[in-house]
Amino acid sequence: MSETLLWVDRVTKRFGGVVALSQVSFEVRRGSIVSLIGPNGAGKTTLFNCVSGVIRPEEGAIRLFSGGQEELLSGSVPHEVARMGIARTFQNIRLFAGMTVMENVRTGTHVRTQAGLLEAVWPWAGRARQEEHWAFERSSRLLERLGLSAVADRPATALSYGQQRRVELARALASDPELLMLDEPAAGLTRQEKESLMEFLRELRREGLTILLIEHDMKVVMPVSDWVVVLDYGAKIAEGVPKAVQEDPHVIEAYLGAR
Amino acid sequence: MTGILMLLPILDSNSYHTEILATAALYALLALGLNLIVGYAGLLHLGYAAFFGIGAYAYALLNLRLGWPFWAGLPAAGLIAGCSAVLLGLPAIRVRGDYLAIVTLGFGEIARVVATNLESWTGGPNGLMGIAHPAVGQVRFGVEARPYYWLLVILVAATAWACARLRRSRLGLAWLAIKEDELAAGCLGVDPLRMKLLALALGGWVAGLAGCVFAAKQGTITPDSFDFIQSVMILAMVILGGLGSIAGAICGAAILSIAPELLREFSTYRMLLFGLMMVALMRLRPEGLFGNRYQVPNGQSVPGTKRRV
Repeated sequence: MSETLLWVDRVTKRFGGVVALSQVSFEVRRGSIVSLIGPNGAGKTTLFNCVSGVIRPEEGAIRLFSGGQEELLSGSVPHEVARMGIARTFQNIRLFAGMTVMENVRTGTHVRTQAGLLEAVWPWAGRARQEEHWAFERSSRLLERLGLSAVADRPATALSYGQQRRVELARALASDPELLMLDEPAAGLTRQEKESLMEFLRELRREGLTILLIEHDMKVVMPVSDWVVVLDYGAKIAEGVPKAVQEDPHVIEAYLGAR
Repeated sequence: MTGILMLLPILDSNSYHTEILATAALYALLALGLNLIVGYAGLLHLGYAAFFGIGAYAYALLNLRLGWPFWAGLPAAGLIAGCSAVLLGLPAIRVRGDYLAIVTLGFGEIARVVATNLESWTGGPNGLMGIAHPAVGQVRFGVEARPYYWLLVILVAATAWACARLRRSRLGLAWLAIKEDELAAGCLGVDPLRMKLLALALGGWVAGLAGCVFAAKQGTITPDSFDFIQSVMILAMVILGGLGSIAGAICGAAILSIAPELLREFSTYRMLLFGLMMVALMRLRPEGLFGNRYQVPNGQSVPGTKRRV
């Protein structure tokens, strides 16, 4: 298999007396889809928050190997992590309510553009104009791919739940990330929407994107994942290819209770 | 539009009316500046008049002590007020929402108290006198309101234009993003701290310009022109017009500075009527005159959107 893109190394996070993550380690290989599964409260979202810089782990390190460089994620703040090439979505959709769909997605291009204050104001600044044009084109293409062109100018919160999930996905992709982290992207979707989401994820992987996924629905996880990591009570209890994990007695116990 | 506004004092040469227009234009400039901070970046700032005062005192001191002419003092006052906004913002910006309002309120009061008590520099409660009026070549502005009105209209137009460009740029989107959801914006690579400081710097700069023109027009400044009530009035203008709206800030300023004059004939009941007007307006249009009806308060949204300017 190919080289490592993300290395989560013995990460521990406590909230007061509760150990949310305990010595969790795994690797995400470049160009693969890795799923993070586990019962509710297992620490999946906490791990996502550690990777994206929203919270800081007490112990351990999270490293990103991007473009031959090694970057330490643990201890960085969210906007620095985004700059390193990681984009994420949220379990409870967090779209910008006061913006249109298009504006939401354009905000995603922020890290890939540079125009500063004077360029933004000065109408004859070449770079700002090129960037705006590029950002608009990129956003339009993403909206088209996700079937959202028709609603581009609607307020984002006026869309259906499934559409909002897709807007959030488009917004994350607009930043042209190396690693895309999706927190329960299939939650609340219809069967059909789930199918097209899975197809889309496979398509993204073919294009070389690496995806880290939190998902509850095994019908989504099993067919799309190259690798599955299982958390329970903040600790990794198993990892492997989907088939092996599915048959792992520890995993079955965690999900169904001791027999 | 700007042209029509420029002509007003020629069509109506009543100097009392021109004086009111100049005041309205001054407030329009201040409202535009505060709109950058409150409307764009979403920072509830209750001490904005302090930057207005800092700009006024900056020009007054540069003029009285160093003999700087108005046109050199104008950008200097803007810079000094902008820098003060950033310096005062650095400790305050780490707190959010209501707490930020309290901290900025405190800073605003501190600035006024410093101006009142630092007598050797600011002249204390008596303020500073004999500040030079501007001049263009041989033409002196003097005490007549008309040239100041023209200058202010130019400044308002330039500021409004810059704000409109900013709003459409990536920075405008980034401001809106941190205002809506700071965490999500951060995860998209927007540096919230930096964007907030930028808004403060720009808002401070605009207040500094306004303060400089005010000091040059009055010739005399005292600390009570920059008190808490002043901050609240400017904030009321921005909210009345609609947070984030450029046209709203200008109209809000025009209405709130002209209405009390129109209501003069009701003498005693003037402020009562003024208050009732505001309550009624906010009740009927909570999003302000030019506000965006993107989201109605209960979270439902109205399809078909108006572009945000």
